[in-house]
Amino acid sequence: MKTEEQQGLGTANMARRSFLRYAGIGAASVGLLATAACHKDHSVRLNTGVDIGSGDFGILNYAYALEQLEAAFYTQVVKTPYTGISEKEKSIMTSIRDHEVLHREFFKAALSSNAIISLTPDFSSIDFSSRTSVLGAAKAFEDLGVSAYDGAGYLITNPAYLTIAGKIVSVEARHAALIRELISPGSFAGSDVVDSMGLNQSNEIKVVLPIANTYLKTKVSASNYGYIA
Amino acid sequence: MNLFNVIEEIEKVDPEVVDRMSPRRAAIKNITSFGSKVALAAMPMALATMFKRAYGADTPVAVNDVLNFALKLEYLESYFYNQGAAQAGLIPSNNSGYFAEIQSDENQHVAFLKSVLGSAAVDMPAFDLTAGGAFPTVLSNYDTFLAVSNVFEDTGVRAYKGQAPNLLGNKVVLGAALAIHAVEARHASVVRQIRASRGVDISAWITGSASVANDTGIGAAVDGNYKDENNVMQGGVDVTKLPSATGSSTAYNIAVEAFDEPLDMATVLTLVGPFFK
Repeated sequence: MKTEEQQGLGTANMARRSFLRYAGIGAASVGLLATAACHKDHSVRLNTGVDIGSGDFGILNYAYALEQLEAAFYTQVVKTPYTGISEKEKSIMTSIRDHEVLHREFFKAALSSNAIISLTPDFSSIDFSSRTSVLGAAKAFEDLGVSAYDGAGYLITNPAYLTIAGKIVSVEARHAALIRELISPGSFAGSDVVDSMGLNQSNEIKVVLPIANTYLKTKVSASNYGYIA
Repeated sequence: MNLFNVIEEIEKVDPEVVDRMSPRRAAIKNITSFGSKVALAAMPMALATMFKRAYGADTPVAVNDVLNFALKLEYLESYFYNQGAAQAGLIPSNNSGYFAEIQSDENQHVAFLKSVLGSAAVDMPAFDLTAGGAFPTVLSNYDTFLAVSNVFEDTGVRAYKGQAPNLLGNKVVLGAALAIHAVEARHASVVRQIRASRGVDISAWITGSASVANDTGIGAAVDGNYKDENNVMQGGVDVTKLPSATGSSTAYNIAVEAFDEPLDMATVLTLVGPFFK
C-alpha cells in the first residue's frame, strides 16, 4: 500500500493513473462505453441520454450516476434550505452533501475517460422550501442508493471495486437511517426497507434506474442490464 | 486492544457497577435464546431452499466459512441484545422501541444464517458479556450498553465488508451478506444517534483525522475496532485531493466519513474473542 500512497500524493491525474493500475485495468478496457453506445439496436435512443455500459465500468458508472444525483440534490438543499430548518439539520445536510460530492468525485476520478457525462438533474417534483418534501426525497434517494449497491454488488468482478462499493454503501445506509429518524423516530430500519429476515431491500439496475430517471433530465439507460430509458 | 477492554474503561467511570450487577447475574444465566427460537420458527423455508438450489447439494467450504463467521458474530450480537432487553430498567422506555427493532433484526440474522448453513452451522458458543463478573456494567449501565452496542455494530459493518471479496460474483450469498451489512450500518447509525442525544460527541457516521481513527469517545480500549477507519486512500487515490462542494480539495474528516473501512476475519475474531467463553 505504501507504493500506492506515494503515487497518490501527486496530482489528480497521477491519482487516477494509480487507481487504474491498482485495479489492474489496462488499455484494453478503455472504450467499453463506446462499445456499448455503438450497440446497433440502441444507438439512436442513446442520443438523448447516456448508457452505463457493461462490465465493472458499467457498474461503477451506475454508481457514479446515482452519486451525481444525490450530490446535486444535497447541494441544492444546502443552497436553499427548507423553511424552519434547524441548525442541527443544516449541519446534517451539509455533511451528507460533502459525503455525496466526494463519492461523485471519486467515481469521476476513478473512471477517468471511461466515465459517463455529467448528468443534468430534474428536481421539479421536489419543493425545496418544504421540510416534508426535502426529507421525503432524501429518504427515497438514500434507501434507493443502498438497495442499488446491494443489488448490483454481485455484478462486480474486481474485488477491489467490490470493497470500495462496500465502503460507500454502509455510509449511505448510515445516511438513510439518519434521514429516517429525522422524519419519524424509530423508522431507521422500517419494514419497508428491511424484510422479515432482517435483510435490507436490494434492487436490480432495471428497477433503480427508472426511479432515478424521474429526477434526471439526462436519462440513464443500462442496455446490458435490461433497461433502456 | 480489544472490545473487551472497553467495559473495563467504562467501569472506571462507574465504580458502583459491581454492586448493581450482582443481584442480576442469576437472572442472566437463566435466560435462553428465546428470541432466536421465535424468529427461527417464523422463518420461511423458501429462502433456505433457494440457497441450496443455488449450489446443488454442496455449498463450497469457503462460503460456509464466511457464513459461519457471520453466524458467530450474529450469535454474539443477538445474545447481547436479548440479554440487554431482559434487564429490567436497563433500556429507558423511550428507547426500548429502538432496541426491540435491533434485537429482532439480529435474531433474524441468526435464524437466517442457520437456515442457510443447515447442518454445517456452528452451535451458539457460550458468551461472557461481563467477563466472569469482572466487568459487569455492560448490562447494568445504559451508557455502557450503548457504547458496547456502538462498537459491536460498527465492527459488524467492518466484518461483513471484509468478507465481500470472498463472495465475489455470488449473487445469492453476496447479496444476502450485503443486505445484512446494510442493516448493521443502519443499526450503527441509530445507536450513534442515541448516544449523541445523551451528550456524547458523536455522529451517525465514523469521522476522524489523520491522527484519530476511533471517534467513539470510549477510549483507547476500542482503538483496534477502529484501526484504519481514518484511511483516505481509496483504490490508490488520495481522496482528500479530490474537489469538494466548496473547494479544490476535500477536508480530511469528510474523506474519513464518506468511506467505511473493512476488517479481515482474523482481526475481527481477535477483537471479539474475549466475549467468547
